[in-house]
Amino acid sequence: MSDVSQPAAHPPVTDWVHDFDHTDPQWTEDPFPIWDELRAASPVVHTERFLGCYMPTTYEAVREIANDTEHFSSRRIIVRDVRPEVARNAAPPITSDPPVHKPAKQLLLPPFTPDAMKKLEPRMRAICNELIDGFVANGEVDAAARYAKYIPVRAIAHMLGIPESDSDLFIRWIHMILELGIKDESRLLQAVQEMSAYFRTHIEERRSKPTGDLISYLMNARDKEGQPLEESHVLGSLRLLLIAGIDTTWSAIGSALWHLARTPADRERLVAEPGLMPTAVEELLRAYSPVTMAREVVKETTISGCPVKAGNMVLLSFPAANRDPNVFPDADKVVIDRRENRHAAFGLGIHRCVGSNLARMEMQVALEEWLKRIPDFRIDPAGTVTWSQGTVRGPRQLPFLFGKAM
Amino acid sequence: MTERLRVHVDPDKCQGHARCKALAPELFELDEYGNAHESGDGIVPSGLEDKAWLAKSNCPEIAIEVIEE
Repeated sequence: MSDVSQPAAHPPVTDWVHDFDHTDPQWTEDPFPIWDELRAASPVVHTERFLGCYMPTTYEAVREIANDTEHFSSRRIIVRDVRPEVARNAAPPITSDPPVHKPAKQLLLPPFTPDAMKKLEPRMRAICNELIDGFVANGEVDAAARYAKYIPVRAIAHMLGIPESDSDLFIRWIHMILELGIKDESRLLQAVQEMSAYFRTHIEERRSKPTGDLISYLMNARDKEGQPLEESHVLGSLRLLLIAGIDTTWSAIGSALWHLARTPADRERLVAEPGLMPTAVEELLRAYSPVTMAREVVKETTISGCPVKAGNMVLLSFPAANRDPNVFPDADKVVIDRRENRHAAFGLGIHRCVGSNLARMEMQVALEEWLKRIPDFRIDPAGTVTWSQGTVRGPRQLPFLFGKAM
Repeated sequence: MTERLRVHVDPDKCQGHARCKALAPELFELDEYGNAHESGDGIVPSGLEDKAWLAKSNCPEIAIEVIEE
Protein backbone atom coordinates (compact mmCIF):
# COMPACT_ATOMS: atom_id res chain seq x y z
CA MET A 1 0.00 0.00 0.00
CA SER A 2 1.48 3.36 -0.97
CA ASP A 3 1.81 5.95 1.74
CA VAL A 4 0.65 9.16 0.08
CA SER A 5 -0.33 11.36 2.99
CA GLN A 6 2.40 13.18 4.87
CA PRO A 7 1.87 13.78 8.58
CA ALA A 8 1.41 17.46 9.35
CA ALA A 9 4.22 19.03 11.33
CA HIS A 10 3.05 20.86 14.46
CA PRO A 11 4.62 24.23 15.21
CA PRO A 12 6.47 24.24 18.54
CA VAL A 13 4.42 25.41 21.53
CA THR A 14 5.30 28.77 23.06
CA ASP A 15 2.10 29.40 25.04
CA TRP A 16 1.10 26.20 26.82
CA VAL A 17 -2.01 27.61 28.50
CA HIS A 18 -3.70 28.71 25.26
CA ASP A 19 -2.02 26.46 22.74
CA PHE A 20 -1.15 23.13 24.42
CA ASP A 21 -0.11 20.15 22.33
CA HIS A 22 0.40 16.70 23.84
CA THR A 23 2.51 15.66 20.85
CA ASP A 24 5.07 18.43 21.41
CA PRO A 25 8.57 17.07 22.15
CA GLN A 26 8.69 19.04 25.41
CA TRP A 27 5.50 17.30 26.62
CA THR A 28 6.85 13.90 25.55
CA GLU A 29 10.10 14.48 27.41
CA ASP A 30 8.79 15.96 30.67
CA PRO A 31 5.06 16.75 30.89
CA PHE A 32 4.88 17.30 34.65
CA PRO A 33 5.89 21.00 34.82
CA ILE A 34 3.56 21.69 31.88
CA TRP A 35 0.61 20.17 33.73
CA ASP A 36 1.45 22.24 36.81
CA GLU A 37 1.47 25.39 34.69
CA LEU A 38 -1.87 24.52 33.08
CA ARG A 39 -3.45 23.60 36.42
CA ALA A 40 -2.31 26.90 37.94
CA ALA A 41 -3.96 28.75 35.02
CA SER A 42 -7.39 27.05 34.98
CA PRO A 43 -9.18 23.77 35.77
CA VAL A 44 -9.94 23.54 32.03
CA VAL A 45 -7.67 24.88 29.28
CA HIS A 46 -8.22 24.98 25.51
CA THR A 47 -6.12 24.73 22.35
CA GLU A 48 -7.10 25.50 18.77
CA ARG A 49 -4.95 22.57 17.66
CA PHE A 50 -6.57 19.22 16.84
CA LEU A 51 -9.61 21.15 15.46
CA GLY A 52 -10.26 22.44 18.97
CA CYS A 53 -9.56 20.59 22.18
CA TYR A 54 -10.02 21.12 25.93
CA MET A 55 -7.95 19.65 28.69
CA PRO A 56 -9.18 19.33 32.29
CA THR A 57 -6.13 19.90 34.51
CA THR A 58 -7.44 19.01 37.98
CA TYR A 59 -8.47 15.67 39.40
CA GLU A 60 -11.96 17.05 40.03
CA ALA A 61 -12.45 18.31 36.46
CA VAL A 62 -11.22 14.97 35.07
CA ARG A 63 -13.66 13.15 37.37
CA GLU A 64 -16.58 15.36 36.32
CA ILE A 65 -15.96 14.68 32.64
CA ALA A 66 -15.32 10.94 33.08
CA ASN A 67 -18.66 10.64 34.88
CA ASP A 68 -20.65 12.75 32.42
CA THR A 69 -21.59 10.58 29.46
CA GLU A 70 -24.42 12.94 28.49
CA HIS A 71 -22.18 15.82 27.39
CA PHE A 72 -19.02 13.83 26.63
CA SER A 73 -19.03 10.97 24.13
CA SER A 74 -16.48 8.17 23.84
CA ARG A 75 -17.09 7.74 20.12
CA ARG A 76 -13.67 9.32 19.60
CA ILE A 77 -11.05 8.37 22.17
CA ILE A 78 -7.84 9.69 20.67
CA VAL A 79 -7.15 13.39 20.14
CA ARG A 80 -5.87 13.63 16.59
CA ASP A 81 -5.36 16.14 13.78
CA VAL A 82 -8.36 14.80 11.88
CA ARG A 83 -11.91 13.73 12.75
CA PRO A 84 -12.86 11.11 10.20
CA GLU A 85 -16.34 9.55 10.21
CA VAL A 86 -16.94 7.46 13.30
CA ALA A 87 -16.95 3.74 12.48
CA ARG A 88 -19.73 1.64 13.96
CA ASN A 89 -18.34 -0.96 16.40
CA ALA A 90 -14.92 0.70 16.26
CA ALA A 91 -13.70 -0.90 19.48
CA PRO A 92 -16.58 -1.66 21.86
CA PRO A 93 -16.93 -0.97 24.76
CA ILE A 94 -14.21 1.71 24.94
CA THR A 95 -15.76 3.60 22.01
CA SER A 96 -19.34 2.99 23.17
CA ASP A 97 -21.68 5.33 25.02
CA PRO A 98 -24.73 4.33 27.11
CA PRO A 99 -26.93 2.39 26.63
CA VAL A 100 -24.83 0.29 24.22
CA HIS A 101 -21.81 0.42 26.52
CA LYS A 102 -22.96 -1.70 29.46
CA PRO A 103 -23.70 -5.02 27.75
CA ALA A 104 -20.53 -4.73 25.65
CA LYS A 105 -18.48 -4.07 28.80
CA GLN A 106 -20.11 -6.80 30.87
CA LEU A 107 -19.23 -9.28 28.19
CA LEU A 108 -15.52 -8.56 28.60
CA LEU A 109 -15.37 -8.38 32.39
CA PRO A 110 -15.53 -12.04 33.57
CA PRO A 111 -12.27 -13.13 31.88
CA PHE A 112 -10.42 -10.24 33.59
CA THR A 113 -11.38 -10.58 37.28
CA PRO A 114 -8.61 -10.77 39.91
CA ASP A 115 -9.29 -14.51 40.33
CA ALA A 116 -8.93 -15.10 36.58
CA MET A 117 -5.65 -13.22 36.66
CA LYS A 118 -4.31 -15.44 39.46
CA LYS A 119 -4.54 -18.40 37.09
CA LEU A 120 -2.44 -16.55 34.54
CA GLU A 121 0.24 -15.57 37.05
CA PRO A 122 2.50 -18.67 36.78
CA ARG A 123 2.69 -18.22 32.99
CA MET A 124 3.60 -14.55 33.51
CA ARG A 125 6.41 -15.40 35.94
CA ALA A 126 7.77 -17.91 33.43
CA ILE A 127 7.65 -15.32 30.62
CA CYS A 128 9.49 -12.76 32.74
CA ASN A 129 12.22 -15.25 33.61
CA GLU A 130 12.59 -16.40 30.00
CA LEU A 131 13.11 -12.76 29.01
CA ILE A 132 15.63 -12.15 31.82
CA ASP A 133 17.51 -15.35 30.85
CA GLY A 134 18.09 -13.73 27.45
CA PHE A 135 20.18 -10.83 28.78
CA VAL A 136 21.10 -11.41 32.43
CA ALA A 137 24.64 -12.56 31.58
CA ASN A 138 25.36 -9.38 29.58
CA GLY A 139 25.38 -6.89 32.44
CA GLU A 140 23.47 -4.43 30.24
CA VAL A 141 20.09 -4.31 28.55
CA ASP A 142 17.52 -2.02 26.99
CA ALA A 143 14.87 -2.86 29.57
CA ALA A 144 12.08 -1.24 27.53
CA ALA A 145 12.85 -3.05 24.29
CA ARG A 146 13.85 -6.43 25.68
CA TYR A 147 11.82 -6.79 28.88
CA ALA A 148 8.87 -4.44 29.53
CA LYS A 149 7.71 -4.55 25.92
CA TYR A 150 7.27 -8.32 25.69
CA ILE A 151 5.50 -9.00 28.99
CA PRO A 152 2.05 -7.57 28.20
CA VAL A 153 2.09 -8.57 24.54
CA ARG A 154 2.80 -12.17 25.41
CA ALA A 155 0.20 -12.13 28.19
CA ILE A 156 -2.60 -10.90 25.96
CA ALA A 157 -1.53 -13.20 23.10
CA HIS A 158 -1.74 -16.08 25.59
CA MET A 159 -5.24 -15.02 26.68
CA LEU A 160 -6.47 -14.45 23.13
CA GLY A 161 -5.02 -17.77 21.99
CA ILE A 162 -2.79 -16.33 19.27
CA PRO A 163 0.94 -17.12 18.95
CA GLU A 164 3.16 -15.26 21.41
CA SER A 165 5.75 -15.37 18.61
CA ASP A 166 3.63 -12.86 16.62
CA SER A 167 4.41 -10.22 19.27
CA ASP A 168 6.43 -7.95 17.00
CA LEU A 169 3.58 -7.81 14.51
CA PHE A 170 1.15 -6.65 17.23
CA ILE A 171 3.61 -4.05 18.49
CA ARG A 172 3.95 -2.64 14.96
CA TRP A 173 0.15 -2.26 14.61
CA ILE A 174 -0.08 -0.51 17.94
CA HIS A 175 2.66 1.94 17.04
CA MET A 176 0.83 2.71 13.78
CA ILE A 177 -2.50 3.28 15.52
CA LEU A 178 -1.53 5.09 18.71
CA GLU A 179 1.51 7.10 17.64
CA LEU A 180 1.75 7.48 13.86
CA GLY A 181 -2.06 7.55 13.53
CA ILE A 182 -2.38 10.84 15.42
CA LYS A 183 -1.02 12.68 12.39
CA ASP A 184 -1.34 10.10 9.62
CA GLU A 185 -4.75 8.57 8.99
CA SER A 186 -3.48 6.15 6.32
CA ARG A 187 -1.16 4.36 8.74
CA LEU A 188 -3.99 3.90 11.22
CA LEU A 189 -6.35 2.49 8.59
CA GLN A 190 -3.68 0.15 7.29
CA ALA A 191 -3.06 -1.24 10.78
CA VAL A 192 -6.78 -1.68 11.46
CA GLN A 193 -7.23 -3.57 8.19
CA GLU A 194 -4.26 -5.81 8.85
CA MET A 195 -5.46 -6.58 12.36
CA SER A 196 -8.95 -7.41 11.17
CA ALA A 197 -7.59 -9.74 8.50
CA TYR A 198 -5.38 -11.43 11.09
CA PHE A 199 -8.24 -12.01 13.50
CA ARG A 200 -10.60 -13.19 10.73
CA THR A 201 -8.17 -16.02 10.01
CA HIS A 202 -8.14 -17.00 13.68
CA ILE A 203 -11.94 -16.82 13.86
CA GLU A 204 -12.24 -19.08 10.81
CA GLU A 205 -9.93 -21.67 12.37
CA ARG A 206 -12.06 -21.76 15.50
CA ARG A 207 -15.31 -22.33 13.61
CA SER A 208 -14.25 -25.92 12.99
CA LYS A 209 -12.04 -26.29 16.06
CA PRO A 210 -13.32 -24.26 19.04
CA THR A 211 -10.75 -23.45 21.73
CA GLY A 212 -10.89 -22.19 25.31
CA ASP A 213 -9.38 -18.78 24.57
CA LEU A 214 -10.80 -15.25 24.41
CA ILE A 215 -11.41 -15.40 20.65
CA SER A 216 -13.68 -18.42 21.10
CA TYR A 217 -15.22 -16.76 24.15
CA LEU A 218 -16.28 -13.75 22.07
CA MET A 219 -17.42 -15.92 19.15
CA ASN A 220 -19.65 -17.90 21.51
CA ALA A 221 -20.97 -14.88 23.41
CA ARG A 222 -24.69 -14.18 23.13
CA ASP A 223 -26.59 -10.94 23.69
CA LYS A 224 -29.74 -10.58 25.79
CA GLU A 225 -31.86 -11.90 22.92
CA GLY A 226 -29.63 -14.96 22.63
CA GLN A 227 -28.11 -13.76 19.37
CA PRO A 228 -24.37 -14.04 18.61
CA LEU A 229 -22.44 -10.78 18.32
CA GLU A 230 -22.05 -9.24 14.88
CA GLU A 231 -18.68 -10.02 13.34
CA SER A 232 -17.78 -6.32 13.41
CA HIS A 233 -18.36 -6.29 17.19
CA VAL A 234 -16.18 -9.38 17.74
CA LEU A 235 -13.41 -7.90 15.58
CA GLY A 236 -13.71 -4.49 17.26
CA SER A 237 -13.41 -5.99 20.74
CA LEU A 238 -10.49 -8.19 19.68
CA ARG A 239 -8.69 -5.16 18.26
CA LEU A 240 -9.38 -3.31 21.50
CA LEU A 241 -8.01 -6.12 23.68
CA LEU A 242 -4.86 -6.30 21.62
CA ILE A 243 -4.31 -2.54 21.40
CA ALA A 244 -5.29 -1.58 24.92
CA GLY A 245 -3.39 -4.36 26.63
CA ILE A 246 0.05 -3.84 25.22
CA ASP A 247 1.84 -0.53 25.12
CA THR A 248 -0.10 0.67 28.17
CA THR A 249 1.37 -1.95 30.51
CA TRP A 250 4.66 -1.93 28.62
CA SER A 251 4.81 1.77 29.51
CA ALA A 252 3.82 1.23 33.14
CA ILE A 253 6.45 -1.48 33.68
CA GLY A 254 9.08 0.60 31.87
CA SER A 255 8.36 3.74 33.90
CA ALA A 256 8.47 1.74 37.13
CA LEU A 257 11.87 0.28 36.22
CA TRP A 258 13.07 3.74 35.15
CA HIS A 259 12.11 5.09 38.58
CA LEU A 260 13.75 2.18 40.42
CA ALA A 261 16.95 2.51 38.38
CA ARG A 262 17.23 6.12 39.54
CA THR A 263 16.11 5.54 43.14
CA PRO A 264 18.32 3.05 45.01
CA ALA A 265 16.45 3.62 48.29
CA ASP A 266 13.13 2.45 46.81
CA ARG A 267 14.82 -0.48 45.11
CA GLU A 268 16.50 -1.60 48.32
CA ARG A 269 13.32 -1.21 50.29
CA LEU A 270 11.32 -3.36 47.86
CA VAL A 271 13.98 -6.05 47.97
CA ALA A 272 13.95 -5.98 51.78
CA GLU A 273 10.14 -5.68 52.10
CA PRO A 274 8.57 -7.61 49.22
CA GLY A 275 5.16 -7.28 50.91
CA LEU A 276 5.22 -3.59 50.03
CA MET A 277 5.10 -4.31 46.30
CA PRO A 278 1.31 -3.99 45.78
CA THR A 279 1.30 -0.57 47.47
CA ALA A 280 4.37 0.50 45.48
CA VAL A 281 2.74 -0.62 42.23
CA GLU A 282 -0.25 1.65 42.95
CA GLU A 283 2.04 4.59 43.64
CA LEU A 284 4.07 4.00 40.48
CA LEU A 285 0.80 3.79 38.55
CA ARG A 286 -0.24 7.12 40.04
CA ALA A 287 3.02 8.95 39.48
CA TYR A 288 3.67 7.56 35.99
CA SER A 289 0.19 6.82 34.70
CA PRO A 290 0.68 5.88 31.09
CA VAL A 291 -2.77 6.42 29.59
CA THR A 292 -4.43 9.65 28.45
CA MET A 293 -7.90 9.14 26.98
CA ALA A 294 -10.20 11.49 25.09
CA ARG A 295 -13.83 12.44 24.79
CA GLU A 296 -15.77 14.50 22.28
CA VAL A 297 -18.01 17.27 23.60
CA VAL A 298 -21.46 16.56 22.17
CA LYS A 299 -23.49 19.06 24.21
CA GLU A 300 -22.49 22.38 25.71
CA THR A 301 -21.93 22.34 29.46
CA THR A 302 -19.79 23.70 32.30
CA ILE A 303 -16.89 21.88 33.97
CA SER A 304 -15.46 23.25 37.22
CA GLY A 305 -17.03 26.59 36.30
CA CYS A 306 -15.54 26.66 32.79
CA PRO A 307 -17.83 26.69 29.75
CA VAL A 308 -17.23 23.78 27.38
CA LYS A 309 -18.59 23.89 23.81
CA ALA A 310 -19.75 21.06 21.57
CA GLY A 311 -17.58 20.09 18.63
CA ASN A 312 -14.34 20.17 20.61
CA MET A 313 -12.38 17.18 21.72
CA VAL A 314 -11.27 16.69 25.33
CA LEU A 315 -7.83 15.42 26.24
CA LEU A 316 -8.76 13.41 29.34
CA SER A 317 -5.45 13.27 31.13
CA PHE A 318 -5.67 10.80 33.98
CA PRO A 319 -1.91 11.22 34.38
CA ALA A 320 -2.32 14.96 35.05
CA ALA A 321 -5.20 14.30 37.47
CA ASN A 322 -2.92 11.97 39.40
CA ARG A 323 -0.41 14.79 39.91
CA ASP A 324 -3.00 17.18 41.40
CA PRO A 325 -1.55 18.37 44.74
CA ASN A 326 -5.05 19.12 46.06
CA VAL A 327 -5.78 15.39 46.06
CA PHE A 328 -2.33 13.87 46.54
CA PRO A 329 0.03 15.43 49.10
CA ASP A 330 3.56 15.58 47.66
CA ALA A 331 2.00 14.77 44.29
CA ASP A 332 5.30 15.09 42.46
CA LYS A 333 7.09 12.70 44.81
CA VAL A 334 7.01 8.93 44.50
CA VAL A 335 6.08 7.73 47.98
CA ILE A 336 6.19 3.95 47.60
CA ASP A 337 4.30 3.34 50.82
CA ARG A 338 1.57 5.93 50.12
CA ARG A 339 -1.42 4.68 52.08
CA GLU A 340 -4.23 6.76 50.62
CA ASN A 341 -4.16 6.57 46.87
CA ARG A 342 -7.33 7.11 44.87
CA HIS A 343 -5.40 7.38 41.65
CA ALA A 344 -7.21 7.36 38.34
CA ALA A 345 -4.58 5.53 36.25
CA PHE A 346 -7.24 3.11 34.99
CA GLY A 347 -9.82 5.81 34.41
CA LEU A 348 -12.91 6.73 36.37
CA GLY A 349 -16.57 5.99 35.76
CA ILE A 350 -18.09 3.47 33.39
CA HIS A 351 -15.01 3.22 31.17
CA ARG A 352 -12.74 1.91 33.95
CA CYS A 353 -10.07 -0.16 32.19
CA VAL A 354 -11.26 -3.72 31.64
CA GLY A 355 -7.69 -4.95 31.94
CA SER A 356 -6.79 -3.20 35.20
CA ASN A 357 -6.47 -6.45 37.15
CA LEU A 358 -4.31 -7.92 34.39
CA ALA A 359 -2.10 -4.82 34.26
CA ARG A 360 -1.64 -4.81 38.03
CA MET A 361 -0.71 -8.48 38.07
CA GLU A 362 1.73 -8.04 35.16
CA MET A 363 3.37 -5.05 36.80
CA GLN A 364 3.75 -6.74 40.13
CA VAL A 365 5.14 -9.95 38.62
CA ALA A 366 7.46 -8.06 36.24
CA LEU A 367 8.97 -6.00 39.06
CA GLU A 368 9.20 -8.92 41.49
CA GLU A 369 10.94 -11.25 39.05
CA TRP A 370 13.27 -8.46 37.90
CA LEU A 371 14.28 -7.53 41.46
CA LYS A 372 14.85 -11.20 42.38
CA ARG A 373 17.39 -11.58 39.59
CA ILE A 374 18.67 -8.01 39.14
CA PRO A 375 18.31 -6.26 42.50
CA ASP A 376 20.84 -3.57 41.63
CA PHE A 377 20.81 -1.62 38.35
CA ARG A 378 21.20 1.88 37.00
CA ILE A 379 20.67 3.88 33.82
CA ASP A 380 23.63 3.64 31.44
CA PRO A 381 25.04 7.19 31.36
CA ALA A 382 26.33 6.54 27.84
CA GLY A 383 22.83 5.66 26.56
CA THR A 384 19.67 7.68 25.93
CA VAL A 385 16.24 7.18 27.48
CA THR A 386 13.43 7.97 25.03
CA TRP A 387 9.68 8.27 25.67
CA SER A 388 6.68 7.45 23.48
CA GLN A 389 4.64 10.34 22.11
CA GLY A 390 0.93 11.00 22.43
CA THR A 391 -1.78 8.91 24.04
CA VAL A 392 0.35 6.43 25.98
CA ARG A 393 3.51 7.61 27.72
CA GLY A 394 6.36 5.34 28.71
CA PRO A 395 10.02 4.69 28.01
CA ARG A 396 10.76 3.15 24.62
CA GLN A 397 14.53 3.01 25.12
CA LEU A 398 15.79 2.25 28.60
CA PRO A 399 19.50 1.41 28.67
CA PHE A 400 20.48 -0.18 31.99
CA LEU A 401 23.73 -1.43 33.47
CA PHE A 402 23.80 -4.07 36.19
CA GLY A 403 26.07 -6.66 37.79
CA LYS A 404 29.71 -6.42 36.73
CA ALA A 405 29.00 -3.64 34.24
CA MET A 406 28.01 -1.21 37.02
CA MET B 1 -15.28 1.63 74.07
CA THR B 2 -14.79 1.99 70.36
CA GLU B 3 -17.73 2.15 68.02
CA ARG B 4 -18.54 -0.75 65.75
CA LEU B 5 -17.94 -0.15 62.06
CA ARG B 6 -19.93 -1.30 59.05
CA VAL B 7 -18.84 -1.03 55.41
CA HIS B 8 -21.14 -0.59 52.45
CA VAL B 9 -20.39 -0.44 48.71
CA ASP B 10 -22.70 1.72 46.61
CA PRO B 11 -23.38 -0.59 43.64
CA ASP B 12 -24.25 2.39 41.41
CA LYS B 13 -20.83 3.95 41.98
CA CYS B 14 -18.63 0.83 42.03
CA GLN B 15 -16.83 0.32 38.71
CA GLY B 16 -14.85 -2.75 39.68
CA HIS B 17 -11.41 -1.26 40.39
CA ALA B 18 -11.20 -4.00 43.07
CA ARG B 19 -8.98 -1.94 45.34
CA CYS B 20 -11.14 -2.81 48.36
CA LYS B 21 -10.82 -6.53 47.73
CA ALA B 22 -7.04 -6.20 47.46
CA LEU B 23 -6.70 -4.15 50.64
CA ALA B 24 -9.40 -5.74 52.81
CA PRO B 25 -10.23 -9.19 51.42
CA GLU B 26 -12.04 -10.09 54.65
CA LEU B 27 -14.55 -7.26 54.20
CA PHE B 28 -15.42 -7.32 50.49
CA GLU B 29 -16.44 -9.79 47.78
CA LEU B 30 -16.40 -9.45 44.00
CA ASP B 31 -19.14 -10.68 41.68
CA GLU B 32 -18.56 -12.43 38.33
CA TYR B 33 -17.93 -9.04 36.67
CA GLY B 34 -15.42 -8.01 39.31
CA ASN B 35 -17.72 -5.46 40.96
CA ALA B 36 -17.55 -5.26 44.74
CA HIS B 37 -20.01 -5.62 47.58
CA GLU B 38 -19.49 -5.92 51.31
CA SER B 39 -19.16 -9.41 52.79
CA GLY B 40 -22.33 -10.46 54.62
CA ASP B 41 -23.90 -7.62 56.60
CA GLY B 42 -20.78 -5.46 56.25
CA ILE B 43 -20.00 -5.45 59.97
CA VAL B 44 -16.27 -4.99 60.46
CA PRO B 45 -14.83 -7.58 62.86
CA SER B 46 -12.77 -6.13 65.65
CA GLY B 47 -9.17 -5.62 64.55
CA LEU B 48 -10.03 -4.92 60.91
CA GLU B 49 -11.12 -1.29 61.39
CA ASP B 50 -7.92 0.01 59.83
CA LYS B 51 -8.54 -2.06 56.71
CA ALA B 52 -12.06 -0.67 56.39
CA TRP B 53 -10.77 2.92 56.38
CA LEU B 54 -7.97 1.96 54.02
CA ALA B 55 -10.44 0.47 51.53
CA LYS B 56 -12.56 3.60 51.68
CA SER B 57 -9.64 5.96 51.16
CA ASN B 58 -8.35 4.00 48.16
CA CYS B 59 -11.61 3.63 46.23
CA PRO B 60 -11.27 5.78 43.10
CA GLU B 61 -15.06 6.00 42.70
CA ILE B 62 -15.73 7.04 46.32
CA ALA B 63 -18.18 4.13 46.40
CA ILE B 64 -17.37 2.86 49.90
CA GLU B 65 -19.03 4.11 53.03
CA VAL B 66 -17.74 3.32 56.51
CA ILE B 67 -20.55 3.73 59.00
CA GLU B 68 -19.79 4.16 62.69
CA GLU B 69 -22.51 2.45 64.68
